Amino acid sequence: MEAFLFIDFGSTYTKLTAVSAEDDVILATAKSYTTVETDVMDGYRTAYSDLMTRLDNGIEFTKKLACSSAAGGLKIVAIGLVPELTMEAAKRAALGAGARVTDVFSFKLNNSEVKKIKASKADMILLAGGTNGGNTDVIVHNAKMLKDAKITIPVVVAGNKSCNDEIIEIFEGHMNYFITENVMPSLNNINVEPARETIRKIFMENIVKAKGMVHVKEFISGILMPTPAAVLKAAEVLSEGTKNEDGIGDLAVIDIGGATTDVHTVCEGAPSKPSVILRGLEEPVAKRTVEGDLGMRYSALSLYEAAGRKYMRRHSLENIESIDVEKEFEKRNRETDFVPIEDKDIHFDEVMAKICVDISMTRHAGTVTQVYSPLGMMYSQEGKDLMELPYLIGTGGVIVNSKNPSGILKAGLFHEEDLESLKPRHPKYLLDKEYVLSALGLLALVDEDKALRMLKKYIVKC
Amino acid sequence: MGKKTIVLGVIGADCHAVGNKILDYSLTEAGYNVVNIGVLSPQEDFINAAIETNADVIMVSSLYGHGEIDCRGMREKCDEAGLAGIKLYVGGNIVVGKQDFSEVKSRFVQMGFDRVYPPGTSVETALKDLNEDMGLLEAIGA
Repeated sequence: MEAFLFIDFGSTYTKLTAVSAEDDVILATAKSYTTVETDVMDGYRTAYSDLMTRLDNGIEFTKKLACSSAAGGLKIVAIGLVPELTMEAAKRAALGAGARVTDVFSFKLNNSEVKKIKASKADMILLAGGTNGGNTDVIVHNAKMLKDAKITIPVVVAGNKSCNDEIIEIFEGHMNYFITENVMPSLNNINVEPARETIRKIFMENIVKAKGMVHVKEFISGILMPTPAAVLKAAEVLSEGTKNEDGIGDLAVIDIGGATTDVHTVCEGAPSKPSVILRGLEEPVAKRTVEGDLGMRYSALSLYEAAGRKYMRRHSLENIESIDVEKEFEKRNRETDFVPIEDKDIHFDEVMAKICVDISMTRHAGTVTQVYSPLGMMYSQEGKDLMELPYLIGTGGVIVNSKNPSGILKAGLFHEEDLESLKPRHPKYLLDKEYVLSALGLLALVDEDKALRMLKKYIVKC
Repeated sequence: MGKKTIVLGVIGADCHAVGNKILDYSLTEAGYNVVNIGVLSPQEDFINAAIETNADVIMVSSLYGHGEIDCRGMREKCDEAGLAGIKLYVGGNIVVGKQDFSEVKSRFVQMGFDRVYPPGTSVETALKDLNEDMGLLEAIGA
C-alpha cells in the first residue's frame, strides 16, 4: 500500500505522520525526542521504528516531506526604512514565511547596530526600504554597511526596485544575497509573497546544513519548510479551498507552544460596521503573528510578567490568594518537560493557556478608535476587524490535550474591558484533535484537494 | 527627468474625501506621482510617507476649520525627520470663521508652509505654482 510520510522536526519532539495515499485517512502517528545536539536523525529513527510497528506490513512511502522548527526555528533580522512602513512590512513578510523575527532595525544603520546583527545568531537578513521609485539612499547605505562588516548571513533584498542594480554592484562577490520584489511597492500596499518564497527557498538550501540536518535533505522528497509556514499553508487551504472544492471561509488558528503563541488569521479583516475608515499599512489576507513572551514553559516567566493579576483574575484563577503564583510560573519555566497530572496543576496550566490566547489575540486583532468629526461620530480602524470571524481553531499541546478546549479558546473573545479591540465575538470553536495541522499543510503542497478533505475531516467542532 | 512625487492627504480628524479625490485625479493627470494617504491623517503619516517615497512636496488639505491647530509644528517635524527643504502646501477651509485671508496666509507662512490657499482655489492655480516650484515651467515652455 502506498502512503505519504510527514515529518515535523520540533525543538523538543520529532513527530511523524503517515497518511494513506489512496484514502483520506491518517494511518498512524509517532513521536520521539529531538536531539539537535547530536543529530536530529537519531530522534527521527526512533520515531520511525515506532511508527512502523503501528503500520501494516507492505507500506511504501512514495513521498516524504518535512517541516522544521528545530534549533529555535528560522531566525530573521528585518531591516526597513520607516518603522511603521517598510520595517513593519519586512517584519510581516518574515513572520509569514514562518520565521522568528529576532530583531528589527529602521533608518540608516550605524556601526553598533551592524555589530549587533553580526553577533546575532540570525539565519537570514531581510533588507527592505523605500517604495518603488522612492527613497534610495537609506537602503543603499544599509547594504554598504552590511558588506563592510563582512556579514556572511544570507541577505534577502526586498526594497525599492530602483536600487537593485546598485545593491547588486555592492554585494556581488562579497555577500550571499538574493534579490526579490519589494515588500512595499507603493505606500501602504504590501507584497509579502515573493519575499516569503525566497526565504523558504533559502531555508531549504542553506539553513538545513546549519541545523545538523545535512542528511535530512537526502531522504525527503524535496520540500522542507519552517513548521509555522506549514501551519499557515494548512490554514489557507482550509479557509480558501481549492480549484475543485470550497473552503470553510474566514478563520483564525491559535497555536500555543512552550516558547511562543502563534496566531494565524486567513481573512480580509475589512470593517464590519459602517462609518469606519481604514488606516495604516494594508494587512496580508494570511497573517501570522508570534508572541515570543507568551508560552507555557520556556516563556512562563515572561507570560507571568505580561499577565499580571488582572488577567489571572479575568480567567478565574480562583485560588489566587492561596497559592504562590510566582512559584508556579517559575516551576514551569524550570521544568520545561513538566506534565500536569493533579487537578490543580491542570487548572493552572489552562489558566496560563487562556492568558496566552487572550493577549495574543489582542495583539493580533486590529483596533478601532472614535473620531469626533463635523459629520458626526466616525471610527478609524487599524489592523484586521475580527468581530464577525466565523471560526476559531485551536492547536498546540495544551489545547489538544485539554478536556475543555473551547473554554480555552473562549478567552480570545472580545472583552468589555478592551472596547477598542476588534477581537471575535461569536465564532464557532474547532480543534486540531489529532495534532496534524502542520502535516496537512505539507500535504497541501503535494495534493491540495486531499489536504482540504482531510482538514475538514480532522479539524473538528469542540 | 523622473516624475515628481507629491504626498497628498486630509489632515487631522477631518474626513472630507471629495476634494481629496479631485486633487488626486487632477495632479496625476498633470503628470505627478501622487501618493494619496487619504483622510484622517496625522502629521506623522504625511512625513513617514514622504520619507519612504522620497517625495518633493507634501500637500495638506483641511476643510473642517481645525487646520491651523493640526498643521502646527509640521515644518519642525519635517526638519527633524531629514526632510529639510521639502515643499509644504496647505489649502481648503483652513481656519475657523471668516478671517482676513492675508493674515491667515502670513500665519501659515510663519509656520513654514510654502504655499497657502484660500477656500475656492482652483486646481489650476495650485498646478501653476507646483510647476514653478518644481522648476518645470521651462520644461513645458511656459
